[in-house]
Amino acid sequence: MTTHDSGTIYDDTDASPGLDPALPGADPYGVAVDDETEGATSFTVSGGDWNDLVDEATALHEERIVVNMGPQHPSTHGVLRLILELDGETVTEARAGIGYLHTGIEKNMEFRTWTQGVTFCTRMDYLTPMFQEAAYCLAIERLLGITDRVPERASIIRVLMMELTRISSHLIALGTGGMEMGATTVMTVGFRERERILRVFEAVTGLRMNNAYIRPGGVAQDVPHGAVDMVRGVISELRHGIGELEKLLVENPLLKGRTVGVGYLDLTGCVALGVTGPVLRSTGLPHDLRKSAPYCGYETYDFDVVTRTGADAYDRLRIRLDEMHQSLRIVEQCLDRLQRTEGQPVMVDDKKIAWPAQLAIGGDGQGNSLDHIREIMGTSMEALIHHFKLVTEGFRVPPGQAYVAVESAKGELGCHAVSDGGTRPYRAHFRDPSFNNLQAVAAMCEGSQVADVIVAVASIDPVMGGVDR
Amino acid sequence: MSDDTTDETTGEQTDGKALKSGEGAPVPDKATDSAATRTDDDPRAVSASQHTGGGRVAELSDEDREPVKIGERRGMFGATRGQDTSGYGGLVTPTLLPGASERPYGSYFDEVADLLGTALDGDLYERAVEKVVVDRGEMTLFVHREHLLAVARVLRDDPALRFEMCMGVSGTHYPGEEGRELHAVYPLLSITHGSRRIRLEVTCPEADPHVPSVVEVWPGNDWHEREVWDMFGIVFDGHPALTRILMPDDWPGHPQRKDYPLGGIAVEYKGGVVPPPDERRAYS
Repeated sequence: MTTHDSGTIYDDTDASPGLDPALPGADPYGVAVDDETEGATSFTVSGGDWNDLVDEATALHEERIVVNMGPQHPSTHGVLRLILELDGETVTEARAGIGYLHTGIEKNMEFRTWTQGVTFCTRMDYLTPMFQEAAYCLAIERLLGITDRVPERASIIRVLMMELTRISSHLIALGTGGMEMGATTVMTVGFRERERILRVFEAVTGLRMNNAYIRPGGVAQDVPHGAVDMVRGVISELRHGIGELEKLLVENPLLKGRTVGVGYLDLTGCVALGVTGPVLRSTGLPHDLRKSAPYCGYETYDFDVVTRTGADAYDRLRIRLDEMHQSLRIVEQCLDRLQRTEGQPVMVDDKKIAWPAQLAIGGDGQGNSLDHIREIMGTSMEALIHHFKLVTEGFRVPPGQAYVAVESAKGELGCHAVSDGGTRPYRAHFRDPSFNNLQAVAAMCEGSQVADVIVAVASIDPVMGGVDR
Repeated sequence: MSDDTTDETTGEQTDGKALKSGEGAPVPDKATDSAATRTDDDPRAVSASQHTGGGRVAELSDEDREPVKIGERRGMFGATRGQDTSGYGGLVTPTLLPGASERPYGSYFDEVADLLGTALDGDLYERAVEKVVVDRGEMTLFVHREHLLAVARVLRDDPALRFEMCMGVSGTHYPGEEGRELHAVYPLLSITHGSRRIRLEVTCPEADPHVPSVVEVWPGNDWHEREVWDMFGIVFDGHPALTRILMPDDWPGHPQRKDYPLGGIAVEYKGGVVPPPDERRAYS
């Protein structure tokens, strides 16, 4: 049985148990027959009538039920699988199963040039692309020893983009978190506001997500004309939208009932589990890498680290709301500096690292800067060779290793980059905050109700693209 | 002249310490390493440096200082299948990672090394810490695997060190470094001391890929160690449940090792099989 002509690459074997209704296990989504272990009974629920299941389970007098929540469950943030052992409504044991979205990004990066790696790592945590790009590029710059030579304007643009990304990530965290508790308006408001930021990204980088905008040595290109004014307009709209979210959330008795005291994890637990970001700050510890180990010139910006002391889901939500206001403060400062540094370079002046052409869209909607094309095609063959070599082969990075951490929206995002002197990363490892923080699910959920698991996971704000990489 | 000034500022304390510990007169011989120029105001830091003298570590031999060769590159343009007609095909460039550093390490690194030396009781320090590499403003302590737990515990518990956070572990595979092919790298963070960072690096041979687990010291390393086991095949002895985490449970091999190819795995979904990209029909 083939679905194409001969030579097709889609070969369906006849013995496929999932497709032939005559074979056992006709339900392709159900458990396999031999899945029963130690005499335990498996129940498969795929929508439909839960009462039957409950009756069946009651009839068996089983008090201990293990429930697989996910990996395809709308409220588990993508393909997270939660294995919950239940005693009635109470979760006695909770474990997270991950790996369903593993795409081998780190391995792939070893087979591309250092610059191309940006395109890969931006896809890890797809809600915070700029943070991965920034961490990766900062690591490369440290390996190259050009950290101090990155132009000021490039750092300003990086900070601007990172803070906008932080806001958009927090908006998603609040929006999806609200949706998981049944508040769809929170979701629509959150996504509506995020859309404004994505429009800025599209105007500046050409892409809404997965931007590949921050490059080793600077950024891909300067912000376009009118971008500063555009962002200024967006700031006031965002202020209004975040205010709307605050009105919906902060004093909402339903929300408080669902979140206050839920997903509790104290400072000891956070530090032991290596948890960072809003979860750590909700215990009252003002740990923020932007303050304690500044990069990209964060020490020159005026902002506060938001902390609260409840250590629960509600305080994490409030921290996210307040952090968005702080981010907007930083964005405003960035805009003033961008106006001051108009016309300054956005890429390191080392011609062995920086791509020679600043891409400029021509009349036909694509293309390269005309001056550069005139030069490489008309006057300088060496420039053409140089351009070709730099783009195809890339630059060499001296051997060694570097670990650079940035404060992503979710916590410490670290990049461990190793070079063997070649044009490609020898190893690029990302310490994704969600990956680490998800370990806290057990500590947050055990002993609570099933419904609180959703809230606790939402308060960690994991993104499986980053967790599984 | 500089020695005189050092003695003037620290002379009294040094003598007292020397008498108490019977350590001789371990005066730091460089003006940059004196108590006066030390930025941290922790009194233990000062006493520790005098205790160990900043020179307690055995003198580095030339061999230690030499960069570590992990491989070599042939030719100049990356052609590997004999198509290099440029004349540079015979060129051999060794790949050298930085070797052991000499004191002073600079920044807070001297202090961390001194404090660790004191806390580990000097003798153990020399046995546990293979070498210290300071490169690009980052400090790497190469620790022998049998002493990793002792070092980790001290780094976490000693109030003057207090690296309370371990930011995971990252594996690296150097097939060219015989007998120490697999490296496990632990970035540590001390929030207490203003986001200080150091790095532990442990090596093990491919034939015996065992490293003690630090989960009992830093519980947050649980998943990170599982990931390194999954991707590099380093067995973390003492880990509570060392299973694969990103790849399927029955996956053969460890994908991020250098001898594991990219691609070559068919995509299977519901009985249909799509060959890997490098074996698909070509359109050329």
